Amino acid sequence: MNERIEKRIELRAPQSRVWRALTDHREFGEWFGVKVEGPFVPGQLSQGQITIRGYEHVRWQAVVQKIEPESLFSFTWHPYGIDPKVDYSKETPTLVEFRLQKTAGGTLLLLTESGFDKVPANRSAEAFRMNDGGWTQQMKNIENHVAHRQ
Amino acid sequence: MSRIGSDLSAAKRRHHAAVCAALGDETRLSLVTTLSRGEPRSIAQLTGGSRMTRQAITKHLRVLQSAGIVHSVRTGRESRFELDPQPLNELHEYLGRVSARWDQVLSRLKILVES
Repeated sequence: MNERIEKRIELRAPQSRVWRALTDHREFGEWFGVKVEGPFVPGQLSQGQITIRGYEHVRWQAVVQKIEPESLFSFTWHPYGIDPKVDYSKETPTLVEFRLQKTAGGTLLLLTESGFDKVPANRSAEAFRMNDGGWTQQMKNIENHVAHRQ
Repeated sequence: MSRIGSDLSAAKRRHHAAVCAALGDETRLSLVTTLSRGEPRSIAQLTGGSRMTRQAITKHLRVLQSAGIVHSVRTGRESRFELDPQPLNELHEYLGRVSARWDQVLSRLKILVES
């Protein structure tokens, strides 16, 4: 199963600018729609209140994984973990990774969200390649949805 | 973002994970591929042509069954297995929603860094 979402987006801004927007907790909050309560620290829980209209009652939580200057920022979280009555901590989180690459016109941002199942991605991707027929077509449909490129 | 996406219950999310996990195995994926051709098949038919034992195939079919991807229909004395596309379609939709949410937040990031 192709359980990974991938996005590539070309940004007309220097790598350092994009890096700041990703890893400064105030700037991150601005585009992500959350008032993050403190700086991002690897290995630590980050949290805050969602600022999007209609979702202000929702707590946002993520555990910061890696901060490798100007190249990789990652965290784990529970996507759609927006029901305050539900304890999501027992569920397996997904991993969100932002990777930056310098380009002629600015910066290429590669986003992946993985771990929608508990199976190592490589193994299931391999299994996926080995198959054909109707299932492959269905997987293509899924890919078209999830790997929509901007 | 204008919306985070429609609320999804924890049970639903666990179900999606179960569907993903059930598909994350080569034998089960190839069983799904065979069954996606539309015709219900018996265990004997599914075992034929594979190097696996009937017992092993049965075990994999149980996993697919418990994730709701496959169900069995009885014809006479024989059970045949059939693909149920609904969990696959739901998973497709779920990933589509997560994907759409990323499109929204990333477009806001783009506006911020390019202004």
